[in-house]
Amino acid sequence: MTYNYPDQAGHFGPYGGIYMAETLIPAVEELRTQYLRFREDPEFKAEFAYELKHYVGRPSPIYHAKRLSDDLGGAQIYLKREDLNHTGAHKINNAIGQALLAKRMGKKRVIAETGAGMHGVATATVAARFGMECIVYMGAEDIQRQAPNVFRMKLLGATVVPVESGSRTLKDARNEALRAWVTNVENTFYIFGTAAGPHPYPMMVRDFQCVIGEEAKVQMPEMIGRQPDAVIACVGGGSNAIGMFYPYIEEKNVQIIGVEAGGHGIASGSHAAPLTANARVGVLHGNKVYLMQDENGQVVETHSISAGLDYPGVGPEHCLLKDQGRAQYVAINDDEALAAFDALCRFEGIIPALESSHALAHAIKIAPGMDRGKVLLVNLSGRGDKDMNTVAALKGITL
Amino acid sequence: MSRIQAAFEKLKLHKRKALIPFITAGDPNPQLTVPLMHGLVEAGADVIELGVPFSDPMADGPTIQRASERALKHHVGLRDVLGMVEQFRSKDVTTPVVLMGYGNPIEAMGWEHFAKRCEEAGVDGVLTVDFPPEESHEAFGHLQRHDIDPIFLLAPTTNDERIERVAKQARGYVYYVSLKGVTGAGNLDLGDIEKKIPQLRKHIGLPIGVGFGIRDAAAAHAVSRLCDGVVVGSRIVQEIEDSNEQQVVANVTRLVKELRLAIDQD
Repeated sequence: MTYNYPDQAGHFGPYGGIYMAETLIPAVEELRTQYLRFREDPEFKAEFAYELKHYVGRPSPIYHAKRLSDDLGGAQIYLKREDLNHTGAHKINNAIGQALLAKRMGKKRVIAETGAGMHGVATATVAARFGMECIVYMGAEDIQRQAPNVFRMKLLGATVVPVESGSRTLKDARNEALRAWVTNVENTFYIFGTAAGPHPYPMMVRDFQCVIGEEAKVQMPEMIGRQPDAVIACVGGGSNAIGMFYPYIEEKNVQIIGVEAGGHGIASGSHAAPLTANARVGVLHGNKVYLMQDENGQVVETHSISAGLDYPGVGPEHCLLKDQGRAQYVAINDDEALAAFDALCRFEGIIPALESSHALAHAIKIAPGMDRGKVLLVNLSGRGDKDMNTVAALKGITL
Repeated sequence: MSRIQAAFEKLKLHKRKALIPFITAGDPNPQLTVPLMHGLVEAGADVIELGVPFSDPMADGPTIQRASERALKHHVGLRDVLGMVEQFRSKDVTTPVVLMGYGNPIEAMGWEHFAKRCEEAGVDGVLTVDFPPEESHEAFGHLQRHDIDPIFLLAPTTNDERIERVAKQARGYVYYVSLKGVTGAGNLDLGDIEKKIPQLRKHIGLPIGVGFGIRDAAAAHAVSRLCDGVVVGSRIVQEIEDSNEQQVVANVTRLVKELRLAIDQD
């Protein structure tokens, strides 16, 4: 394999790294050492595989969205059904992996940040599963937007801490979780939710999420006799996307497309699409990445209909894949995502998460211009039950 | 000799410990920063740590977060902060000024331009909270070229190997964070500081300042016995928050004088 990132210091070309306050460096170092130790450990790998199969319900199926494809009259759209996982999204893959590591490191307490709440729910779930104390930091704005997930976390025994600072969304929840980690670094494991942050998180989260693409690489030939023409996934921090993309990097005939949140449109400035908008490279939350910021280097407030994509940065590996031209990054606006959400509900009887609706919307956009023999594999990263309030409100309906 | 080095040598000669107050530039408003800096010096500050406001101050507790937010309401950016230091230098050419903040505003300006502007403005040291030695190679070169001291943090969790690494890159002084937590947290552990300082001294010849969690004159006095300088941040920033704009300079000056007296006490 010619593609071999990150390097030992956690750099993906010019991106990534360990940009952390000294107070947290030893914790990150310990995590790296322990992860590298268990990464190749057959017992760890077997336990992870067992949990994915029997607890998460993997492998997740691939589904041919035939009615939708027929209606569009172009390329065939296939869906990798991460929405069928236990807890309803891809986030559980990573949460299980990190919880198993926490267990081996003797940490009895886990913390997490969450945006849409899916990573929070996944973390609360695995904490219950492994008997660990769980604290989830969530922006006060997101708590409003994602009330059902907040209740789910509480049912699972987690404490949900509202974060009132800054824009009261995912980025601020991440700041607060980092602060909490600094304060309780000895007994606490930070289950980071996306393929970003200080090394080794981008690598470790990718490794745990790769099961998505690895399964797809086996399933697609079984279904259609070959690999798809393109794989498509939404990108906030980018964990579901890197999980799908990474195993396909060396499959040069497969196009890789990441879909960011275009919010009200790139030109409006009110979006969460640092790669598509060619944002300046900067440093936030432990890594160097494309970062939405003003001329003074202050991180700006982002907007997306989808709480899970509402983040000014992106994982470092996506930054590298963009620069290398191996992956293309595009943006889908709020209204396009919502239309795709409706389409999947009506044509296929599947309610997708608003995050995943962005990836689907891009497939819906490009499929009509493609030959009917072409195949687009969309990572349906999560289900939309959590988005009922948001969607109802957008449609002017009170539940 | 750099201003920082000169300041610590003078202190050593008089067998005194450094008082290093921290304020955030632009808090409570940009017009008051330079008067506050002069007030700090008048009250007995030996080095001033001037915070550069940042939108995402991950290592800071709520008090300093709010100071950053107040400054950002006035759109205070790194360029403005450098301008404030320049203005301060028109009346004070001896008191060292260290900029403390996060890396991204500097990345946005570019390290070479930043280092050059620091030299022109009269900045003496730069502490970039989220740039550990591992990620500071580029920054270090630019700072060195313009005679700006890179100041590094050390923590209770820092092991010998890393202390050694920091010792190789640090200039001016090093800043020992006296507790596991964010700025302004409460639980200062003097026993821990007493144990840790000799371990640091084995590797580090530079003066050692101690900060985080020093909330009153008694704590400042106790900590000053164990190291070369006491950094007080959140307590002073709290005073700024609690004062009206007419009295803020007088109130902060009074508070810092109390700290000075406590540190100078036998």
